[in-house]
Amino acid sequence: MKNFFRISFLLALFLGFQFNSIAAEKVEYLKTDWSFKGPFGKFDRAALQRGYQVYQEVCSSCHSMKYLSYRNLVEEGGPEFSVEQAKAIAASFEVKDGPNADGEMFMRPGRLSDKFVMPYDNEKAAQAANGGAYPPDMTVLVKARGDGVDYIYSLLQGYEDPPAGVTLDDGVYYNKYMYGNKIKMSNQLSDGLVDYSDGTNASVEQMAKDVTTFLMWTAEPHLETRHKMGFKAIVYLIILTVLVYFSMKRIWSRIETKV
Amino acid sequence: MSDHEYTPKSKVGKWFNDRLPLLTLANHLSDYPTPKNLNYWWTFGGILTFCLITQIVTGLVLAMHYIAHADMAFQSVEHIMRDVNYGWLIRYIHANGASMFFLAVYIHIFRSLFYGSYKSPREVIWIIGIIIYLLMMAAAFLGYVLPWGQMSFWGATVITNLFSAIPLVGEGIVTWLWGGYSVDNPTLTRFFTLHYLIPFLILGLVVLHIWALHVPGNNNPIGIDVKKPSKDTVPFHPYIVIKDGFALLMFMIVFAFFVFYTPNILGHADNYIEANPLVTPAHIVPEWYLLPFYAILRSVPDKLLGVIAMLSAILILAALPWLDTSKIRSAVFRPLYKQFYWILVADVLILGYVGAMPAEGLYLLVARIATAYYFLHFLVVLPILGFKERTTPVPLSITEPILGGSPNLAVVKKKDSFEK
Repeated sequence: MKNFFRISFLLALFLGFQFNSIAAEKVEYLKTDWSFKGPFGKFDRAALQRGYQVYQEVCSSCHSMKYLSYRNLVEEGGPEFSVEQAKAIAASFEVKDGPNADGEMFMRPGRLSDKFVMPYDNEKAAQAANGGAYPPDMTVLVKARGDGVDYIYSLLQGYEDPPAGVTLDDGVYYNKYMYGNKIKMSNQLSDGLVDYSDGTNASVEQMAKDVTTFLMWTAEPHLETRHKMGFKAIVYLIILTVLVYFSMKRIWSRIETKV
Repeated sequence: MSDHEYTPKSKVGKWFNDRLPLLTLANHLSDYPTPKNLNYWWTFGGILTFCLITQIVTGLVLAMHYIAHADMAFQSVEHIMRDVNYGWLIRYIHANGASMFFLAVYIHIFRSLFYGSYKSPREVIWIIGIIIYLLMMAAAFLGYVLPWGQMSFWGATVITNLFSAIPLVGEGIVTWLWGGYSVDNPTLTRFFTLHYLIPFLILGLVVLHIWALHVPGNNNPIGIDVKKPSKDTVPFHPYIVIKDGFALLMFMIVFAFFVFYTPNILGHADNYIEANPLVTPAHIVPEWYLLPFYAILRSVPDKLLGVIAMLSAILILAALPWLDTSKIRSAVFRPLYKQFYWILVADVLILGYVGAMPAEGLYLLVARIATAYYFLHFLVVLPILGFKERTTPVPLSITEPILGGSPNLAVVKKKDSFEK
C-alpha cells in the first residue's frame, strides 16, 4: 500500500507541472460560481436559456456556431427548450436549401435538423465585415482558450480605457483580460441590453455569466452525462477494488509473504 | 519454459494440443513461477497491456467515425464528441489513455532502472522494450496530429522539420514525408495510416517482450537469480493475477478521474482551434510525455546536433546493459547508485518542466545543465560506479533475507500447502 502513496505522489507531481505550465502567464480573472464545476456539476437550465438569448441577440451577428444544430437545444443536459420552442427558434431563420427539381437553390424556414445558420457566407466575408479580424466560431471556444470560462467571462467585462502610453489603432479596443490586451471586438454588453423573458435583471455581469454558461454547454454538450457516469464508474471501481483487495489478501494468506 | 510436460485431461484437448500446443501455452502462463517478493512496481507490465488493448479497442471505434481529410478531420472529431453515441467517452478514453499509457511506461522503465532489470540475462527484453517505447512515441505523435487542430498542425510541422537537419538530403526527406511542400492533406492521410499500423506492431513486440521475459523469468526487488519453481516463487495464477488485477483497478480509478472529471487537462487548448497554416500559435509545445526530450532538443544551439542529442538520449538506453558495469542488479544493495538514481529521476522531471517553458534565460540554462547531467549519468557515472562502488551483502535467496541467515521455517512448512 505504501507504494501506492508513492505512485500518487508522483502523479501529483506530474499534475503540478502540468498546471504550472498552463498557468505560465498568470492573470487574476473575475470570479463567479459556476454550477457546472465539480464532480456533481450541472448546468443551470434557466441560465442556459438566457445564455442562448444573449448569444442569439448579441453574439450571433458575427460569431458562428457551426457544430450546433437546432435539435441540440431540445436535448437532455442542454437548455432543454420544448420541441415547440426549438421548432419556432429554427423556423425564425432562413436556410438555403436545394437544388430543387428546377435546379434552383431556394430559401426555406429552418428545421430542427438544420445546423445553426452562419452569420457570414465564408471566412473572407467575415473578415471583410470586421476590419480584417475573423470572429472565431463559438462552439468549442471555451475549450480553445487555456483559461476557459473564467477567461471569457472576464473578457466580456474587461473593457476599459487604455493606460497612458498605449495607443490603439482604429477599430482596436483595450481589454485587460485579452491576451496582449488588444482586441478587435468592441465592448458588446451594456446593462439592460437584452430583455430577459424570465424577468431576470440583465446586468452586464448577469449576461456575461449566462452567455459563458451557454458556451460551456455548446463546447461540452454531454458534460452532465459525463459527470453522472463518472460518479457511478468510480464508485463501482472503488467497490470492486476493495473486494479484489480482500480476495488478494485471502489468496496470499496461503503463503508467508506479505502482499 | 515450463519444467514439466503437460498433458490435457480430455481426449479432444489432447488431440488438439498435439497439433497446436495452445493448452500447453496456457498451462505455462498459469504455472509460470514468479518471484514472490515482487512489489507493486512490478504490476505495471500488466497495466501497460491493459493500456495497449484499451487504445486499440477505442481507436478502432474512433476510426469508424473519423474522416482523415484536412477539410473534415476537425469537424469529424466534433461529430464524434456530439452525435456519436458515447463518442465523447470513447474519445476521452483514447486521448487520456495515451497519457496514462506513458505514465505507466515511465514507471515501468524507472522500475527497471532501479532494480537493474535490464542486466544480463535480460538485455533482449530491455531492448525490445526500448523499441516499443520508441514506437509508442511515434504512435502518440501521429495520433496527436489527427484531430487537425492548431497544435496538431504545428506540432507536425516542427517534428517533421527536424529531418531537414540531415545534411544534403534533409529537405528532400521532409518533402517526401509531407507528400507535398507543406503539412497538408497527404500528410494527414499517411499519418492516419501509420497511426493505425503502429499499435499492431507494438502488440507483436509485446508478445516478444513477454516471451523473452519468460525465458529467464522475472527479476525481483533484491535482484538475485531464483531457482524456479522453488520456495522463492509462486505460480502466476492466482497469486500474480489477483495482485496485478488489484493494481490495475487502482490505476483505473485514476484513469477514470481524468476521463470523467478533467478530460482536457492533459491536452492543449489550442488543439480545439482548427488547423490554420497562416496562424502560428504563441508556444508550440508537445504533449507532456515528450517534454524531457523536447528540452534536450532545444538546449543544443545547433539544429542537427540538437536532433542527434535528442535521439541519443533515447538510444543510449539501449546500450544501458553494457554501460552499467555493476554485477549487482538491485539498487537496494548499491548505496551510491541508489542516490544517483534519484538524482536522475529529478533530472528527468526538471527536463520535463523546462521543456514546457520558453527556451530562454534561466530555463535554457537549467535545460542545458540537466541535459549534460543526463548524458553524464549514463556515460560516466554508471560505468565508473560498477568498479568503485562498495555494495552491501546480497542474500542467497528471497526466503533468506541476510547472507548466512537461517531459513524461514514458516515458509518451508507452508510450502506443501501451495504445491498441492
